[in-house]
Amino acid sequence: MGMLHRALMVLAALAGFGASGSALAEDLPLGQPHPWQLGFQEATTPIMAQINDFHNYVNVIIIAITLFVLGLMIYVMVRFNEKSNPEPSRNSHNTLLEVAWTVIPIFILVAIAIPSFRLLFAQYDFPKADVSITATGAQWYWIYDYPDEDISFNSIMVPDDQLKPGQPRLLAVDNEVVVPVGANVVVSLKSNDVIHDWAVPSFGVKLDAVPGRLQQTWFRAEKEGWFYGQCSELCGRNHAFMPIAVRVVSQEEYDAWVAGKKTASINAKDKLASVRD
Amino acid sequence: MANNAQAEAAHHDHDDHPHGLRRWLFSTNHKDIGTLYLILSLVGGVVGALLSMAMRAELMEPGLQIFGNPEMYNVFVTAHGLIMVFFAVMPATMGAFGNWMVPLMIGAPDMAFPRMNNISFWLLAMAFVLLVASLFMPGAPGATGAGAGWTIYAPLSTSGSPGIAVDFAILALHLGGASSILGAINFITTIMNMRAPGMTLHKMPLFVWSILVTAFLLLLSLPVLAGAITMLLTDRNFGTAFFDSARGGDPLLWQHLFWFFGHPEVYIMILPGFGMVSQIVATFSKKPVFGYLGMAYAMVAIGVIGFVVWAHHMYAAGLDVNTQAYFVFATMVIAVPTGVKIFSWIATMWGGSISFKTPMLWSLGFIFLFTVGGVTGVMLSNAGVDRSFHDTYYVVAHFHYVLSLGAVFSLFAGWYYWSPKMYGYMYSEFWGKLHFWTMFIGANLAFFPQHFLGLAGMPRRYADYPDAYAGWNLVSSLGAYLAMAGFVIFFIGLFVQFSRKEKAAANPWGPGATTLEWTLPSPPPFHTFDTLPRIK
Repeated sequence: MGMLHRALMVLAALAGFGASGSALAEDLPLGQPHPWQLGFQEATTPIMAQINDFHNYVNVIIIAITLFVLGLMIYVMVRFNEKSNPEPSRNSHNTLLEVAWTVIPIFILVAIAIPSFRLLFAQYDFPKADVSITATGAQWYWIYDYPDEDISFNSIMVPDDQLKPGQPRLLAVDNEVVVPVGANVVVSLKSNDVIHDWAVPSFGVKLDAVPGRLQQTWFRAEKEGWFYGQCSELCGRNHAFMPIAVRVVSQEEYDAWVAGKKTASINAKDKLASVRD
Repeated sequence: MANNAQAEAAHHDHDDHPHGLRRWLFSTNHKDIGTLYLILSLVGGVVGALLSMAMRAELMEPGLQIFGNPEMYNVFVTAHGLIMVFFAVMPATMGAFGNWMVPLMIGAPDMAFPRMNNISFWLLAMAFVLLVASLFMPGAPGATGAGAGWTIYAPLSTSGSPGIAVDFAILALHLGGASSILGAINFITTIMNMRAPGMTLHKMPLFVWSILVTAFLLLLSLPVLAGAITMLLTDRNFGTAFFDSARGGDPLLWQHLFWFFGHPEVYIMILPGFGMVSQIVATFSKKPVFGYLGMAYAMVAIGVIGFVVWAHHMYAAGLDVNTQAYFVFATMVIAVPTGVKIFSWIATMWGGSISFKTPMLWSLGFIFLFTVGGVTGVMLSNAGVDRSFHDTYYVVAHFHYVLSLGAVFSLFAGWYYWSPKMYGYMYSEFWGKLHFWTMFIGANLAFFPQHFLGLAGMPRRYADYPDAYAGWNLVSSLGAYLAMAGFVIFFIGLFVQFSRKEKAAANPWGPGATTLEWTLPSPPPFHTFDTLPRIK
C-alpha cells in the first residue's frame, strides 16, 4: 500500500504536479532537499505555501500548453506526411485562426497575471517585525546581528570532516540563526565585499545582499525544525560553501537561547577587557 | 571609352578568384567569410562543449573531483557561457548563415561593405584569442581566468577579481562587440538597399527578416554593453567608481546596463533560428509559410519588447515591488508573439506533404523544445515564483532549452538544409538522423532533470552540492555525455559528407524550396547574381 501510494505520487509528480514533493516528504526531514525530489521543498511559511500553490497552478497551464503543441505536432506528422497526404494544400492564411491564437494566449496570460501580482504584493507586504535580524554577506560566510538583543555572531559552514551525525553536508553551519516559531522575522541584508544572496527555499525567501545597500525581506516560519538555504548569487571561490541555516524553536527555547547568547557575549567581552587590562 | 575600359577592368576584377592566403585572410567574398565564421563557430562550439563536459564531470557526483580549486569551476562556467554566446552561436547564426544566405536570398551580388565584412570576422577571431588567453591569466587570488560568470557582476568582477584575466575578457567583449556592430551595419545596409528588383520587404524570405531584426537588436544593444564594460574597465584600472558603492557608485547600475544588453542578446541568439526553421518547415511541408506577415512582425514585436524586459533577470536584486510588477507584465507580453510563431509553424505543416529529411527533423525538435523552454519562461516571468527559482538550476534548464536545444538545434537544421548548397556535397541522412536522435535524447536527459534540481532548490554555479541532489545530477551528466557523443557523430557525418563527395543538385528539396538560393548551382559560383534576378 505504502509502495503503491509512493509510486502513484511519483507518477503524479512526473506529470508535473510539483506539489508531490511535499507529499513524498512525509517521513523526510523538513527544510532541506531529499534524493530524487521532483517538487519544491515543503513550505514552512505562508508565502512559500502561496508560491507553491501558484507554481502548481501555472504548471498545469504550461504543461497543458506543451501537450497541446505536442499533440498538434504529432497529428500533423501523422496526417500530413508525404505518404498520407501527397498533395499539399496552398493554404497560407486564415484570419480567424490568427486572431484566435493571438487573443486566447492573452486571456491565459491574464489568468496567470492576476494571482501572480497577488503573490508578488503579498511578498512585499511587510508585517511589523517581532524579531529583527541583520545578515551580512562576506566571502565566504554570514555575519548575523540581532540588533534588539545585542547578539552578533559569524555563521560558517561545517567542513566535511567535522560533520556530526545528522548534519547535512554543505548545509550545516557552526552557528545557526535561531528564531521563534510563528514570529514575523524581518531580515536586513548587507554585504561586506561582493554580492551574496540570502535564500531559504522552504521559506520562499531569496534576496541579494548588495554592497552599499540595505535591503529587507521577511518570513514567518510556522513549523519548528532546521531549515537550510545556500548563497544564491555567484560570489567567488567558495560560493557553494556559505550556507544559511535557520533553527525555528518555541518562544521559550528562543528566549533561553537569547539569554545564553547574551551571557556568552558578555563573558567574551569581559575576557577581552581583562586581556586588555 | 574610358568608362568602358573601367567597366571592363572592373568586370575582369570581378571574375578574379583569389587563392591561398589572399583568399582567406583578405577575403571580401561573403561566401568565404561565411565559411570562416562557420569554422570559428565550430572551434568555439568544441571548446565550449569541452568546458561543459568538465563541468558535468565535476557535478556527476557530490564532492570535488575534477576541480581542486572551486574557483576554476567558476572560470569554466564563465568561459562556457561567454564562448557559447559570442563564439559559437552568434558567429554561426549571423556570421555563417547570415553571410552566406542573405545575399543569395535577396538576389544581391555580395554584402554592401565587403571589406568591413572582412574586418568583422577578424575582429571576432582576435576576440576569441583574447578570451581563450584570459583563461591562463591571473584572475581571482590563487586562480587563473575570469570567474565572475558571463554576467560579470560588479563588484565580483572588479574588487573581487584583481588579476588581469577579467581585463582580457572585457577587451575580448569589446572586440567581439565592435565586430557585431560592424556586421549589423553591413546586414542592415545590404538588406535595405540591395534586394533584387521586385523584392519588397514584404516579399523577403523570413530568414532575411530574422537577420534584419537581429541586426537592429545588435546595433542598439551592443553599444550599451560596450559602454558598460568600458566603465567596468575604468573602475578596475583607472580609479573610477561607477559600480563601487563605497565611493558613490552602485553595483546595481552594472546589472541594469548589462541586462539592457543581455536580454536582447538572447533574442539575438534565437531570432535567426526562428528564420531558419520557418524556411525549413515551409520547404519540407511543400507549402508557403502560414501567416507570413504575422510571422515577420512577430519577430519585430519580439525584438521591440525584448528591449523593455531586462530587469526580469533581477527580481532577487532588491528592486522596488512596483518595478518588479511592471517587468512581470512586460515579460509576459513576449509570450504572445512567440505563440504566434509556434502556431504558425504548425499551421504551415497543416495540410502539407511533409518529408522527414534531417533538416526537418531538427526543426521539429526545435519547435517542441523551444515550446518547453518558452513555457518555463512564462513561469519564470512571474517575480513571485521566481523568488524560488532565481539562480537555481530551473533557470539553467530554462535557458538551455531555448538556447542549447533551441538555438543550437536550429543551427544544425540550418547546416543540414544549406550545407549541400554551400559546399555542393549532400550530407548523409543516416549520420544526420543519428546525430539528431543522439543529441535530442542526450540534451533532454541532460537538461530536463535540472528542472527538478531547481525546484528542490539547487543553486547554479556550484562546484559541489548537498548530497540530496546527487541523483538528478548523475542523470544530467550522463545525458550531457550522450549529447557530446551526438556532437562527435556530427563531425563523423561532416567527414562522410566531404569525403564521399555525393554531388548535391541545385535544388535537392523539390518544389517546397522557393527561395532564390535554390535557383543557383550547388555550390554557387564564387560570384553570384552578376545580373540581378527579377522577382515577380
